[in-house]
Amino acid sequence: MKAAVVVFPGSNCDRDLAVAFERAGADVTMVWHKETALPEGVDIVGVPGGFSYGDYLRCGAIAANSPICRAVVKHAEAGGYALGVCNGFQILTETGLLPGALRRNAGLKYICRTVGLKVATTDSAFTAGYVKGDEIMIPIAHHDGNYYADDEVLARLTGEDRVAFTYSDNPNGSIADIAGVLSANRRVLGMMPHPERAADQGHGGTDGTAMFSALVGQVVTA
Amino acid sequence: MKARVYVMLKNGVLDPQGEAVRHALGSLGFDGVEGVRQGKVIELDLAAGTTEATVTEMCEKLLANTVIESYRVELV
Repeated sequence: MKAAVVVFPGSNCDRDLAVAFERAGADVTMVWHKETALPEGVDIVGVPGGFSYGDYLRCGAIAANSPICRAVVKHAEAGGYALGVCNGFQILTETGLLPGALRRNAGLKYICRTVGLKVATTDSAFTAGYVKGDEIMIPIAHHDGNYYADDEVLARLTGEDRVAFTYSDNPNGSIADIAGVLSANRRVLGMMPHPERAADQGHGGTDGTAMFSALVGQVVTA
Repeated sequence: MKARVYVMLKNGVLDPQGEAVRHALGSLGFDGVEGVRQGKVIELDLAAGTTEATVTEMCEKLLANTVIESYRVELV
């Protein structure tokens, strides 16, 4: 499987995400934000965490309009896979690839700790390696992770089984405890928690590895 | 010419920062502050002849996230 990880000025989880993909057996190319196209034959694009463009204007807003993001949108619209983690989730909502928006945490504080997530669906290449209803431990590190969707969008996400993960103990005020959501075609996942930070014994936990190995196992070259 | 764009969280979207400001005003002894909402003001220096429709397009595409924010344009 060929993966590309986008690097924005201010990204700080790009290398971690690349290592997680590599460990699972993917070929990874890093792609600078000024590029206008993804490398040939890329199956999945990783949009990493961090503070792209210093979070100016709104988290993810400037990145969503960068040259590479136009290519990411095209890739996803053509049925390609994309994983947005943390700032990457914010960016994917700003592009419109995923519904909803991420607001300031309800408690106003930046939160950096490991939290429990419930696997809400296993019907996606991202979550097929988990057991529905199981709790996995994944770190969060964000100030703006308070997921919002209006009632109509929320009903659609629930009705279409597109909530990927929920928080066991909601840390940030997210509506319906939502920690991650899937696109309608189930090939784009955005989540605030960092699976790439739970992908090595040295991280203190490896609950994130099942996501990367399932992806590499399931995603066949388009 | 200039345009001023006011971006606010939509009514009904909880504004935790506004709430924190309301609490702080209360603890300073300002009674009767029943609600605070915090937004941003963006000032644009524009070439003469730029239309309000163009500024509205800027709001829709970048300046506001219309999922959670509303905006108002003022040409000055």
